[in-house]
Amino acid sequence: MAFVYPVLVFAGLAFAIGVGLALASRYFHVEGDPLADKVDALLPQTQCGQCGYPGCRPYANAVAGHEVAVNHCVPGGERTMLAIADIMGVEPQAIEEEATAPVVAHIREDECIGCTLCIKACPVDCIIGAPKQYHTIISDHCTGCTLCLEPCPVDCIDMVETPELLEHWSWPVPGTKRAIKAEKRKGKHDAQGELSV
Amino acid sequence: MIFLSSPHMHGGNNIQLTMFSVIIALIPAAMVSVFLYGWLAVFILTTCIGVSLATEYFVLKWQGKDTQRVWDGSAGLTGLLLALVLPAAVPWWMAVFAAVFAIVLGKQLYGGLGHNPFNPALAARVVLLISFPVQMTSWIVPMHMDASLDMYSFTTSLKFFFLGPDAVQQTWDAITMASPLGYLKTELGQGVTVTEALVNYHYSTLHAFIGREAGSLGEGSALALLMGGIWLMARHTISWHIPISYLLTMAVLAGLFNLINPDVYAPPMFHLLAGGLILCAFFMATDPVSSPSSGIGKIVFGIGCGVLTWVIRTFGNYPEGAMFAVVLMNMATPLIDYYVRPRVYGHKRGKQS
Amino acid sequence: MFDLWEKIKQTLPMGTSAGFTGGVVHSNQHKRTAGQAIIACPLPELLIHPVKQHIGDPCEPMVEVGERVLKGQMIAKAQGYISVPVHASTSGTVEKIEEHTIPHPSGLGLTSIFIKPDGLDEVDESLHPLPNYRSVDAAELRERIRNAGIAGLGGAVFPTFVKLVKDQKNPIETVILNGIECEPWLTCDHQLMLEKAHEIISGMDIILHLVGAEKGIIAIEDNKPDAVEMMQKTLQEMGLNEHVQVQVLPTRYPQGGEKQLIQALTGKEVPAGQLPMHIGVLSTNVGTSKAIYDAVCLGEPLTERVITVSGDAAAKPSNMLVRLGTSMHFLLEQCGVSSFEDIKVMHGGPMMGELLSQDDVPVVKGSNGILAMQKRSIMRAHFDEEPCIRCGDCGDVCPAGLMPNLLASHCKENQFERAEDYNLFDCIECGACSYVCPAHIPLVHYFRYGKGQVAQIQREKAFAEESRIRSEKRDARLAKELAEKEEKRRIAREKKEARAKALAEKEAAEKAVVDKDSAEQASAEQTDKPEVKADDKPAEDKA
Repeated sequence: MAFVYPVLVFAGLAFAIGVGLALASRYFHVEGDPLADKVDALLPQTQCGQCGYPGCRPYANAVAGHEVAVNHCVPGGERTMLAIADIMGVEPQAIEEEATAPVVAHIREDECIGCTLCIKACPVDCIIGAPKQYHTIISDHCTGCTLCLEPCPVDCIDMVETPELLEHWSWPVPGTKRAIKAEKRKGKHDAQGELSV
Repeated sequence: MIFLSSPHMHGGNNIQLTMFSVIIALIPAAMVSVFLYGWLAVFILTTCIGVSLATEYFVLKWQGKDTQRVWDGSAGLTGLLLALVLPAAVPWWMAVFAAVFAIVLGKQLYGGLGHNPFNPALAARVVLLISFPVQMTSWIVPMHMDASLDMYSFTTSLKFFFLGPDAVQQTWDAITMASPLGYLKTELGQGVTVTEALVNYHYSTLHAFIGREAGSLGEGSALALLMGGIWLMARHTISWHIPISYLLTMAVLAGLFNLINPDVYAPPMFHLLAGGLILCAFFMATDPVSSPSSGIGKIVFGIGCGVLTWVIRTFGNYPEGAMFAVVLMNMATPLIDYYVRPRVYGHKRGKQS
Repeated sequence: MFDLWEKIKQTLPMGTSAGFTGGVVHSNQHKRTAGQAIIACPLPELLIHPVKQHIGDPCEPMVEVGERVLKGQMIAKAQGYISVPVHASTSGTVEKIEEHTIPHPSGLGLTSIFIKPDGLDEVDESLHPLPNYRSVDAAELRERIRNAGIAGLGGAVFPTFVKLVKDQKNPIETVILNGIECEPWLTCDHQLMLEKAHEIISGMDIILHLVGAEKGIIAIEDNKPDAVEMMQKTLQEMGLNEHVQVQVLPTRYPQGGEKQLIQALTGKEVPAGQLPMHIGVLSTNVGTSKAIYDAVCLGEPLTERVITVSGDAAAKPSNMLVRLGTSMHFLLEQCGVSSFEDIKVMHGGPMMGELLSQDDVPVVKGSNGILAMQKRSIMRAHFDEEPCIRCGDCGDVCPAGLMPNLLASHCKENQFERAEDYNLFDCIECGACSYVCPAHIPLVHYFRYGKGQVAQIQREKAFAEESRIRSEKRDARLAKELAEKEEKRRIAREKKEARAKALAEKEAAEKAVVDKDSAEQASAEQTDKPEVKADDKPAEDKA
């Protein structure tokens, strides 16, 4: 009868673990798709559509569903890509397009005809104006997505670089040879597309 | 445009200075080794240092790094330390192997200076001890003990170093003897008490202190090592934390157990002066690269080394545990650096912001 | 051996006598200007006043181009709470108001008011002297100190009036006067203490009166014995030696840091994220104290300050009383710098000061030293970086108790979360770690880089969050508009259908015109209409 005890022990263990799992799934149940939320939180929310999706949230949903690679967010740059790759548990991939300097849209008001087309295109509602009135862009809220350029019938919108603010200035990486070498190596590594974290 | 951040002033310390200070501090110990083992010591020292420097040079060249870095003193120091932890009985090829191993596998493979997890010299020594236990635990009789022994002249030493004991018509038994720690271990295994064993060995604390006992090249004289070590501490090249906490832990443990049973556990003074403890405490454990960098972390490191050394010496298979202890604690260094942090100004201990 | 014991004692926590943790000792060899009497700098041809010379919100210019201003006249008024106004430092006309480089490592500019002096130095006398300050209301004194534009002259330039509050919750017990001056080269505070002891102590008395504190400490390092003696003598003469005492501290950098000084004097630490007032301490620089005296007792706003003009490229280094707004170029020329070819101009001391890319920047309230350094002596300090050997010297000297080597490697690898876990933001950037580093790693630079990046990431996160909310709101609005449109279309369709139905019924009714149920049909049509109306109400609510 020596086999009875192990059988009992393992049966008891299995039962306890089963109950534990059942309780856990009930009490720690998470609503919605937390992964998509996490990815969305990392994206820069420019809503620019450069990833091929109509906004940041749709791209986040696609990434969370493993439908698309993690390297399509251009404005987010390498930092965002690495962070997404990290939470998705996939290999980081190089970003093909270079992120440009931060820009905001600016309307040349004397040329604006007040057609309201750009207002409709703005994903963050930061263009104000009424029909037949000059429109203007609240540059503090502009994400620089360039979506308003295309619909403008008179091409009166420019992308202007945001001026460097004194209080936003930060120290660059030290210019020592070691630091420069490390940066170069990193650049080379990125170009090969074999980034590893 | 290059931005230069403050401070625009420097205290003048540099890596070369640090390394050469340690080398200078080891000169008394190296001199004692020559006094104890004559030309043999000279051969081992030159081989180790020369091979270390040459290996470092070739590795740097092969990696396309600046070969001037050979002269930063770290490779020379590794060679010197390595020579000082080898017994005088090692043949030439073993010294060469150890030096190459120390530089290539102990240091450069991890990325060179500043990146090695272990003290390179100790890592090489541990590998030798495991691979060649006989040669690594045979201790040549020091010169002053047996003047009749024809071992220490230039030609005999040279022959011995390159061709082995047969070339000089000697047997291992005639030219070697047990170190105090090894002798004690064997005797204790046969049921002899500590006091009796030490009397049989003609052990004298004074001799152990000024340096007359058999052992590795650099272990001979506690006095010479202490001189160098205290000079380094005074110069602030090494901090006091590791040596003091290491030696103190050792003394407290040994003293405690010696009080409980003096027949089985050796007295603290014996433990402190025997083997490579002082060499390890002042020169090996304090290797900045492989030890924790905060003061409090260093104290934890020193205590860990002390406990491990005593445990290995007392209960382990090997008579000497200092090297193993330091290598084991080297492995724990990243962990110590992560968990044992100094208290930050304005914060409560243990609570990170 | 004794030296070794001292070192052990420094690293062990031994109560208050141990001073502050960490620190380095500098030799006195660079204090070239020690003991030199303060000389007044001549009037330059142009004065440039940046609108922000303090920590906090920038001021707004309140003069017009071409307007004549007097010495001490307010030319830019404070905006927001943490802000102090700017005053003209001589009489003259406003030449222009435009952006000009300020003494900042970035080399960026800020709106500045250019004043062309007329040489008359006419004083604006709108501020009356209040020699009897003990009888004046605290709030009025505080307002006056604010209006005089006084910010911490030790270099941090935090608006002083903010600290001068009599708070019931955090009563100030100790007022510390900081005469440490631990940066090498600088001697302006030292000389000020020797020459203006009476004014400094009167300023301290004003502070004591303002915050209702009983105890005052004047902290001076032991390399300035003459200042200690002077202060003690003056205290005795003024009869204040019961409340205020002079405390001599061993010379060690960065003892002049507010937090370190408080720790060295009281043994208390300022808890993270709090201010010295939370532990009942207030500390001000001796220069600030003198400025308070000037503002209250003489009615003079802050328009000039004492600056050490020195450096190894200056032939005639001196302690100078300089009008704010004077160009550093002009100032250095007064001290025997003829060519700016091979020199770098440093703003502040060598440990925490900044190298300037241009040297025609103006002197501001925070300028305590202007040093003209040979390029080669700067390069010697910025020797190229070697690999870290983890010696831990940086941690031993860190007054904040950080582990600079690990912190720097995390910043270097852009692992800012980990750097924050190692308390990146507790770094005071004193530079002691870089000073002792045998591998010449620019540790402070890495910390500054890390701090800047963390701030940028936070800004980007906040902006992304805001954009996300805006985008979501827009989507919701579009969805609502769409739904409303749909709804309108549905209603229109239903109406159309109802009409069509009614029409069909009518036609049918007309066909049976002689039918005697015609009256009944008409009533059914009437009840149909309200039914439709009742239907679209809930639909509207839903939308």
